[in-house]
This record gives sequence, C-alpha cells and structure tokens, in this order.
Amino acid sequence: MNTRIVGTSEVKVDGAGLVLGVKKFVDDYDIPGTLVGKILFSPHAHARITRIDASKARALPGVHAVLTHHDVPRIAHTTAGQGYPEPSPYDTFVLDNKVRYVGDRVAAVAAETEETAMQALSLIEVEYEELPAVVDAKQARVAGAPIIHDEPEAHVLIPVEYDPKTNLAAHTVVEVGDVARGLGEADVTVKREYTAHYAQHCPMEPHITLAYTDEDGRLTLITSTQVPFHARRIVAQALGLPLKRIRVIKPRIGGGFGSKQEVFLEQICAALCLAARRPVKLRYTREEDIVCGRTRHEIHITMTIGAKRDGTLTALRMDVLSNTGAYGAHGLTVASNCGSKVLPLYPCENVYFEASVVYTNLPVGGAYRGYGATQAAFAMESALDELADKLGMDPLALRQQLHIRSGQSSPIFAKLGEGKAGVAQSIGSCKLAECIEQGAAAIEWGKKWAAYKAARTAPGRVKRGVGMAALMQGSSIPHIDMGAATIKMNEDGSFNVLMGATDLGTGSDTILAQIAAEVLGVETADILVYSSDTDMTPFDTGAYASSTTYLSGNAVLRTAEKVRDQIINVAAKISGADPAGAVLVDKHVLFVDGTRVPFERIGNYAMYQRDQFQIAATESYISHKSPPPFAAHFAEVEVDTETGAVRLLKYVAAVDCGVEINPQLARGQTEGAVVNGIGYALSEEFIFNGRGRMITDSLMSYRIPSTRDVPELVVIHVPSYEESGPFGAKSVSELSINGALPAISNAIFNATGARLTRGPFTPERVFAALRNV
Amino acid sequence: MNKAVKHLTVTINQQAQRLQVAPGEKLIDTLRRHGYKSVKFGCGEGTCGSCTVLVDGRPHLACLTFTRQMEGRQITTLEGLGRFGELHPLQQAFLQEGAVQCGYCTPGMILSSHALLARDPDPSEEAIRRALDGNKCRCTGYAAIIRAVRRAARIQADATPSPRARRAKR
Repeated sequence: MNTRIVGTSEVKVDGAGLVLGVKKFVDDYDIPGTLVGKILFSPHAHARITRIDASKARALPGVHAVLTHHDVPRIAHTTAGQGYPEPSPYDTFVLDNKVRYVGDRVAAVAAETEETAMQALSLIEVEYEELPAVVDAKQARVAGAPIIHDEPEAHVLIPVEYDPKTNLAAHTVVEVGDVARGLGEADVTVKREYTAHYAQHCPMEPHITLAYTDEDGRLTLITSTQVPFHARRIVAQALGLPLKRIRVIKPRIGGGFGSKQEVFLEQICAALCLAARRPVKLRYTREEDIVCGRTRHEIHITMTIGAKRDGTLTALRMDVLSNTGAYGAHGLTVASNCGSKVLPLYPCENVYFEASVVYTNLPVGGAYRGYGATQAAFAMESALDELADKLGMDPLALRQQLHIRSGQSSPIFAKLGEGKAGVAQSIGSCKLAECIEQGAAAIEWGKKWAAYKAARTAPGRVKRGVGMAALMQGSSIPHIDMGAATIKMNEDGSFNVLMGATDLGTGSDTILAQIAAEVLGVETADILVYSSDTDMTPFDTGAYASSTTYLSGNAVLRTAEKVRDQIINVAAKISGADPAGAVLVDKHVLFVDGTRVPFERIGNYAMYQRDQFQIAATESYISHKSPPPFAAHFAEVEVDTETGAVRLLKYVAAVDCGVEINPQLARGQTEGAVVNGIGYALSEEFIFNGRGRMITDSLMSYRIPSTRDVPELVVIHVPSYEESGPFGAKSVSELSINGALPAISNAIFNATGARLTRGPFTPERVFAALRNV
Repeated sequence: MNKAVKHLTVTINQQAQRLQVAPGEKLIDTLRRHGYKSVKFGCGEGTCGSCTVLVDGRPHLACLTFTRQMEGRQITTLEGLGRFGELHPLQQAFLQEGAVQCGYCTPGMILSSHALLARDPDPSEEAIRRALDGNKCRCTGYAAIIRAVRRAARIQADATPSPRARRAKR
C-alpha cells in the first residue's frame, strides 16, 4: 500500500517540547497551597496492627491530614488497572489493619513540607502483632502455612479458582490432546525447572499523583498512569465516590513499562486531598518505587518437552508456579500469558498448561512489559535448546522446523484467555522464518555456533558462545480491550484528535497522529493531539497488552475515515461535483472530474455559511484477534570460566511487527526493550533478607543498564502486512524484552555447556553452574 | 521564614539571580522552585542523572548539591539551551534520531552531552558511553542517544563559527 505519512520517521509530536524540557510531567504542575503527601510503610513482612494512634502526628503544626485504616472506607478492590470486571482478586484496601509485606501501607499524612510530613510519620504510634510469614512461593501452600488473606472480603468477580485460605490467588488448567500419551510416544524428553526472577520496571519518573478539588468541587487527579480511565473507576470504587465526581488527567509520563498500569497512589492521594481540603502531591522515592511499587512476578516454570528423534514434538507441558506477592494484582493473567503467548509458537498435538498463583509476604507482582511471556520464553526457549542438544541438532534448525507459520492456528488461543476462554485465531502475518534467517546471518550463526561448541573443551580460560530465542507476543486483548477517538475539523484545515490512548513515552500520540494525517490528507503537524483526560477524551482501556498501535490505531483510522467522508460531502455540496471516488490530498478534496476544494473553504463553509455543523466523528474499536508480532533474538557472549563473568559482545533482534507506522519509533521500542531485557538477564536482582525485606532497593544495588552495559546492538525489521491492523501494523513494544534471558542463557551453554536455570547471570551464579558441568 | 535563610547570587542560564536559600536546601529543589522544571527528580541519591545541570560547564547532580555551595557559580539548565524554532544542535539531534522517548532523562542526558562536546567536539563512541554513564535511561536502550550525540557533533562541526550564520542556515 502506498502511504505518504505512515511508514515515515516523523519526529515526535511532543518531541520539541521534550528536548526543550518544557513539556509538563506531574511534578511540574504547581498549585498554590499544595501539601506533601507521605506514606508510612510496614517494617514487617506479616503483622496485624493491634493499635494505631495518630494523635501526636495530627497535633504537629503543619500537618493537615493523617489517615490510618480507621479513617478510610474499607472497600475491597484490586489495584490492577484492567477492564471491568477485573480478573484480579479484590484483596486490597486503601489502608488495612493488617500488613502483608515489608513495604505495605500503614498510614498516610499530608503536611506543609516534606520534613513535617516525615516527622508526622515518626509520631504515629503503631503496635504490631507479628505473624509468621511466607517468604518462598514454594512454601505458600504447604500445610499450616500462614494465611495471608484471612479477611472475609477477599473475593473474585469472575468464575475462576480462588482460595485465599490456602494462599491460592488463582489456578488454571488447559489441556489439548493427551500429554501423557505424547510423552509416551517420545524418543527424547527434557524436563527442567526454570525460575524467572523478580524485577522492577524502574521508569525514570517514579510514581506520582497530584490531587486537588477544582472550582466546582470535583476531585481532579493529575497522575502518572498508563490507565487513566481505569484509575478513575478504581478511585471511585475504593473511596466510595461517584465516578462523575472524579477527573483523571495524564500529562507527560516518565516511562511506565507496566508499573503504571497499577492504581495504588491515586486513591490514597485523593483520600488525603479530601481529608486535608488542600491539594496534595504524593511522590514515591526511588526506594519506595522499587519496593512498594509493582514488580515482575517471580515465576517457577517446569518445562517438559517430548520429541521424536527427528525433532517432531509429541508433547509440550508447562507447569507454572507464580509468586504474586502480598496481593493478587495481575496474578491470573500474567500466569495465563505464560501459556498463551509462548505455547502457540511451536504447534504440537498434545499440550498441557497448568498455573498456580500463590500469595506470599513479598513485594507485589504486577504488569511488566512482556507480562508472563518474558518468564515463559525463558523456560520454553531454554528447554528447546536443551532438546536440540539431546537430539544432536542445531537449535536454530530445530526452531526452523517447529515454529508456527502464517495460516496455522493453535488451540491454545481459543482455550486460554484472560480469566476466561480465549479467542480462536489463525496466524495472519508471520515472518518468523525470515527473522531467524536474517538474524542468524547478522550474528554469523553458521560460522560460530558449531565452532564455539567444539571449542568448549579446548584449552583457554575465556570461552565464546552464541544463543538464540524465538518470540511472539500479541496485539491487544481480543473482545476485551476497547479504544475510541474523536476527531474534529477546524476552519483552517487542521484537526483536533482527542483520544483515550495513553502515551507514556512510547510515541503513541505521534503514530496515532500519523494515522489520522494519512487518512485526512494533511501533514502530521496539522493534527493536534490531546490524549488521556477522562473529562475531555473518549474512553480507552489504556496503554497495556501491546494494544495501542493496533487497537487505538484502528479506532483513529475508523474515526478519520468518517471525518473524511463528511469533508467530501461538504466539498461536494460546495462544488456540485460527484463525491464518488473523491480523495483527500494536500489539504484539498480532489474529485474524479478534477475539481479541487481546499480544506479552508470546507471548514469555513461548514462552520459559518450554510447548514452549519461541526465536522467531527467519534468511533470505537474492539479487537477480534490479537495478531502476534514475532522475533528472533541472538546473543554472542564471552564467559570467563575462572570468574564466571559474562560479557555480552553482540545482540541481534530481528523483528516482524507488521508495517512500522514510524520506523524510528518502532526501532526505539525494540532497542529499549532489548536493553531492559539485557539488564534483567545480567544484573537486575531482588535480594531479600531472611525476613522478607528487599535489600537491593536503590539504583546502586538494583543495577539497571547504563551506556556502558550496552553491546553492539543490531535491530532488523522484517516487514510483513497484518491485514487486521491499521495500515498493516501489529504491536512492537513488549515483544523484544523477552529474548535476552533465554538467548544469553543459551549462549552461555554454547560457550561452556553450563545450563543456567535462573537469572540474573551474575558471576557467582555462572561460576556455580560451571562447576556442575 | 527561617532566620537562617540567606541570599545567594548565582547565574542561571546567563542571568544573574539573587535567590533566598534555606540551609540544607538542595539545588534541585531551588531550581524547580524557581521554575526550572527541566531539572527532574529520579532518585534523590545521585544514581540516575535525571537532575543533571551544568555548573561552570561541568555536569553536577542537583539532588546531591547544596544550593549554598553555588555562590557565584554559573548554572545551566536545559531551559538555557534553546527555544522553539531555535533548537540547540543537541536538541535537534536528539529529536531527529528518536533519542527521546518519555523525555524524563532527556534534560540531564543533553546537558551531560553538552559538557562532553564542549571538551571533545568529536567524541568516539566509547567517549560518549563514558560521559553518559551516570545518566540512566530506561526507554531507549541508549542506542539512539549515542547516535544523537554523534549527530550533534557533526551538526556542530558543519556549522560556521558565527552563531548568526548558523541560525540562518537552519
């Protein structure tokens, strides 16, 4: 398809303001009289609050509100920013009489200054009855384990297995065919447990909310969120307020990666604002953001694969034990995604998937880019590597033989959804074969893999290896997610695009403007974007599930097409030309007979002259499928066998994300995701003391990559065309975070024969694995 | 107001300013209070670089700097570098290379790059990586940022020495 604007690397519509440092983030809004909010966090992993006395804190001059569980409504809700009814359990209160992890909330204050707020926190007297704690997911369900959610209110809204009395936050089983039979027919089986470790998103902007009541007495929240409409609903619900009393505005957001798909700051900031009758700004410190924010679920996955000697799969079995921490946010859906975003990649007649999600007294899991696929890709891609080794095959050739192709389907799509059955789909666009081929060429797989394997036993302390992983994700949650947009025309031929879609730095405002500009025959600069304000824009579920380009993009596309038709009709009325076949070009309507009517004339006519009306439309889009983007990732490493130190030399990501609406922004999504994945694989780690306290709680000890940790990075875009996507696009944002953990692990295996089963691959861990070779 | 509050004379973005500063006040808070909102809070403990400003041309972490240490110093924030329609070469390059995603690290990133290019107008990739090591970015994976600094170096090298001529060329 020939396009003018789509497929070009337009600069970001908010880019100039960002490079000048003038675009506003939440903290950049100043409202006179704003108080500083602060939260008192639990020092205990599991305890009941037997007494809490805030009278001294309240008496401190400069303190305007102190909230304990006595002062807020006790309404069970979930902080997971998902569509309603949420598949996450209702197990959370704004404040509770029980704390369930080190970092859980005890009380909150609002004061004139940060110093006063901190002092007020220290004046709150709390007596705890300490309870035995669960600090290991594998101990969560043993007989006699402490019950973390013993409150009667904990419940689920949808019919899923939920048993808080045994710390079970969710459970699901799916079987296709007969895995026992498949394993019986196998010539070779592999079975091993892999652990995908905890991680934190570390957006450069920590969570922050500013709450104030406007001149009509309505509560306004300017907040760093990926889900403004869910935030409005959850705040209303958690505080027992009418939804119409709340307005949520999302300004520029300093990154989210899933952490801001969670609504936990907004309700307490709002409660403080209402109690103090003053504006309140509540900002997490970096330590609070890491420990008390949300995390990547730590997941233990036992992967069992059966295969014939020629590599044909006879059985795939994935047993998932997911640690959701103290609350069940995204527990079921992240665990389900382990299966639904990974198992279909390798079609097999016999597939078994079982997931148990357990409560522990540890930090809370949540949405994190990759959303279960990251964890499961580690298990699946490592296990395939092991299978190839057992079969004596090249792991690349094995993947080429097994992977799904265009036109194929997987029963997993229909069986495993988000808290309910999924939606059947067959694969439309798929260029995974080309991704593997081109990525392999870029890393020189053919030259290196066998040579490195052969060199394992050769003398020398430093070994090299290459490893790979094949990946898929989705694009939106079918039949659940909805995006909508409004477009209106101004008399100069510019357009306002109002949409619920949430740009958290990803560039969605830009690519959605490009889609509108393409349809409306104008430049991107003629599109004025306003997004994510619950009073001003139509609904959108928000920025998650790799949905924005595909889902909100389709909403903008439909809306723009409606506006286009209105413009053509007005132009036809003005000129008398036949509207059939008319097109929008360069701010004109061009009729088949050659008549041209400029947009300025159309806009003025419609607004001021005859049969006046606002040229505008609102359209919605729900997805009916979730077309997967595909990728093949390759890593080349150097392992020092005496120290266990791993040096990443080169990383190749070959990606099929359909048509790139904006190639530069798409590439940026892949580069950013890859490097985040590299940090996860090599250095990012939650370390706990024996009492459940997370101790790597700063960017000094929780080591995210810096410029010096980035290897030579090659991104290859393999074009495809997704028929159901806007201008052929699929998603790109999440996919490429999933590759580094397995690709690097497999590269270490190629170099040394050591199989790493949990990350990060620190020198200690690698050294220990080398001793087992 | 606290008796210990003192007046301090500093130059911010080439304008002399007299500021009231309490003891113990950090430069990030002083600057943000006076409207220099490009100075971002990311950690408050010197680990992320989001609050980087230039003091006498060298990168400083405003979250670790007491404002009172700034008497007589020249401070540059991102607000001092360019304006709409008149972007600094680094700002142009960051925009054109897609080196900005969320934009939260961008002010510190550009200022650290500015200090680098001032002392090394044609830095190697290794030199760029070293200079930006303290500025964390979670969105871009740094690749586009490194490309942008190289591009800015080229823009600056191509520019004629006269600032007026440079503006006209743009």
